[in-house]
Amino acid sequence: MLTLRVNGVERTYGGDPAMPLLWYLRDELGLTGTKFGCGMALCGACTVHLDAGAIRSCVTPMAAAAGKSVTTIEGLSADGNHPVQRAWREHNVPQCGYCQSGQIMQAAALVAKTSKASDSEIDAAMAGNICRCGTYARIRAAVRAAAGKGA
Amino acid sequence: MRATITNVSRREFLHEVTAGGGFALAVTLPGATRVAEALMTGTAAASPTDPFNPNVYLQIDADGTVTIVAHRSEMGQGVRTGLPMALADELEADWSKVRIEQAIGDEARFKTGTYVDEPGTQNTDGSRSLRHFLRPLREAGATARAMLEAAAAQRWSVSVTEVEARFHQVLHRPSGRTVAYGDLVAIARDLPVPPKEQVRLKQSSAFRYIGKEIPIVDLFDMTTGRAKYGIDQVQPGMKYAVVARPPVYGGRVTSVDSSAAEAVAGVERVVRLEGTPPPSGFLPLGGVAVVARNTWAAMQGRSKLKITWDDGPNGAYDSTAYRAQLEAAAMRPGKVVRNEGDVDTALAGAARRVTADYYVPHLAHATMEPPAALAVVADGRCEVWAPTQNPQGTRDTVAKVLGIPSDRVRVNVSLLGGGFGRKSKPDFIAEAALLSREVGAPVKVLWTRDDDMHHGYYHTVAAQHLEAGLDARGRTVAWLHRSVFPSIPSTFAPGVTHASDGELSLGCVDLPYDIPNIRCENPEAESHVRIGWYRSVANIQHAFAVNSFASELAHAAGRDPKDYLLELIGPPRHIDLTRGGVKYMNYGDPIDLYPVDTGRLRKVVELVAERAGWGRKLVAGRGLGIGVHRSFVTYVATVVEVQVGKAGEISVPRVDVAVDCGFVVNPDRVRSQMEGACIMGLSNSLYGQVTFRDGRAQQSNFNDYPVVRINAAPRETRIHIVPSADPPGGVGEPGVPPLGPALCNAIFAATGKRIRNLPIGGQLGA
Repeated sequence: MLTLRVNGVERTYGGDPAMPLLWYLRDELGLTGTKFGCGMALCGACTVHLDAGAIRSCVTPMAAAAGKSVTTIEGLSADGNHPVQRAWREHNVPQCGYCQSGQIMQAAALVAKTSKASDSEIDAAMAGNICRCGTYARIRAAVRAAAGKGA
Repeated sequence: MRATITNVSRREFLHEVTAGGGFALAVTLPGATRVAEALMTGTAAASPTDPFNPNVYLQIDADGTVTIVAHRSEMGQGVRTGLPMALADELEADWSKVRIEQAIGDEARFKTGTYVDEPGTQNTDGSRSLRHFLRPLREAGATARAMLEAAAAQRWSVSVTEVEARFHQVLHRPSGRTVAYGDLVAIARDLPVPPKEQVRLKQSSAFRYIGKEIPIVDLFDMTTGRAKYGIDQVQPGMKYAVVARPPVYGGRVTSVDSSAAEAVAGVERVVRLEGTPPPSGFLPLGGVAVVARNTWAAMQGRSKLKITWDDGPNGAYDSTAYRAQLEAAAMRPGKVVRNEGDVDTALAGAARRVTADYYVPHLAHATMEPPAALAVVADGRCEVWAPTQNPQGTRDTVAKVLGIPSDRVRVNVSLLGGGFGRKSKPDFIAEAALLSREVGAPVKVLWTRDDDMHHGYYHTVAAQHLEAGLDARGRTVAWLHRSVFPSIPSTFAPGVTHASDGELSLGCVDLPYDIPNIRCENPEAESHVRIGWYRSVANIQHAFAVNSFASELAHAAGRDPKDYLLELIGPPRHIDLTRGGVKYMNYGDPIDLYPVDTGRLRKVVELVAERAGWGRKLVAGRGLGIGVHRSFVTYVATVVEVQVGKAGEISVPRVDVAVDCGFVVNPDRVRSQMEGACIMGLSNSLYGQVTFRDGRAQQSNFNDYPVVRINAAPRETRIHIVPSADPPGGVGEPGVPPLGPALCNAIFAATGKRIRNLPIGGQLGA
């Protein structure tokens, strides 16, 4: 039996400690905003925050989340108005939208650390998150805007 | 295309999709798209449209809420926003009071018939949602507006000429009185639908939403994790399943030992699924399914299955050997599919002959959301929730595998996490239905990324041979194009070895060049995997070869590639393809409405060249390349600026795109589609390839099937939209074809190295 916090709520888990956090969030808690894309930490669709850092929940076993605090897209802000989410809307970033939870969580971790990310810093921070629709130009613009607002 | 609009306010069935008691119109569209689809699948087309078989609904409730039932699948192109915007504009509706409801794929309300002999109008592919539905939906909005005006006139006992709909109200001009739409519903619901000639569409100066950059309706949900895709669907008591499918197309299970799988905690059942021998069409591939209490247990269980396979007839498929076969076929005469003038004589008499051979490999869609679907089978009925581009094809395929009538299958369409053509094929949804029936519970089937790569409906693999003759002044006087590739119809019918007329109409036989002698040929090719349509389909290989060769001819003639391209296109005119005996499909649209217009083609070339600063001085290692292509009746020209480093590493500082897609509803979504198409074109060209050995796909995930990431995306992408009142053209696909050849032409300009084989990969390395 292990405990963790998910979006501020204390949870206990007694299943296979090797199960990736992703499937706990999606199948057991019904938090489907976090997406499956590759299962190998190659695409970033499953990105959540473990404590303060952005991690790939598809390869993070439950055991590694024990005693830690997990934030998913559903818990990023109470009203959906985190500066990164607002910037995403101002720049009309999404096309199909599927990867965007992961993109936003990755970007939120970046702008929490820096108020002025350069293009190369943005590219480096976001390169693990694939968008097959190709919204990258707008992601760059949205991250720049969100970082500028001192998120 | 003429739509029929019917007042259905008092029809009970509507209340399932909208609340009862409102004023509701149904729009029935004729089945022209069925013809287009049948052409793509190479089958016979079309039967008459039923008299009442509506496609789209519009309802206004007493509280003023407007509900528009979106019948097209949303996969990132913005259609759930674009079509309703146009309807709401004609309705003079307040956009904040408009609600979008996704249509279900269902016989009672939408088109009937199986995909192959009568494809339904909900099938969202071929870049034609706006092309085919803009006008009918505008007419529906304008009709409802006219009926609300008539209702207000009746309420006030004034002449209808004195009233005017304005932003969710009707105004009585002489008195200045107004009445809200919601307050007119009770009258409007009993009014007759006015005849078409009395319905006025707005002048463009009166547009409220059309032509404006309206954010997509799903934007908030997509940025908060609330948007629901197929993979997110849940039903009470649901089980999770993954399937071990035959690693070779047409293979079968010979034996399975499932004891270790069944011992995994959470695994509930292991189920054998019968496959369908090739050509399997939309039917499942078969294999062994593991059904479990969660996804992880299902995956763990599958990894412990011990299965022996009979690989069947495709077990020797080998991409290296097959490539040699295709390239040899491209060197021999093939079926003549366009023939104008006398190419052989012109080639023989040419001052100079140029030949080149091009190769494009299989591609995988790799939608970010892999195939996933939920089904519930109970009491002889089936309900599915799925990210499908093709609700009716889904319904009919599910009915077929379950052996029940189609009207007992209900298809709920979720958002699609990418489509690109993959999600037109409902094989994965039929798997969920079969498993639900077998285990007696709701079952969600998930494809892992490996599954997606290994069991795709791949973009075809193509070899092309081109030959041209130049006269003494460097003008091209003869053009021979042989294109050989396994065809999409081979996935649906046995013995198909030639490409369909529809596929050849995608950038081969519709060559828009002003050359007196043109011959196009299609040699035979057998297929060994499922071939499917992939964003822009055969335009990928054809635009690559044609635009690359145009640039090669310019080089041979010592001319600027852009100037020479314009010379090849020739003067503005409508091309008559019947002269060459072409069976030209024109994307399912009439050639008089959508001619092959070289004036528009020239215009996008000239525009993109001007905006990209064609001819500007570049630093060493950089080059500009151009490509232009008409597809889905839209004209796109692309200029790529490339930078090639000393070790052959490629980056793209800038891309310019000029697009003439006719009438534009939401310019922001045109731009976003072009931006995304450039990224997909880059992925296709730089890295994209699926190869086979022993019949097995050798790629399995984004490590060995890379796609463009943000650090490889162009630093700058500029989209230039040609203002136009022409009928709307496609937007989702046409941005893809010109990117690849523009990139390769730019690489030639930068390095002198000509890329004739895709992907580019490491070809520029030392």
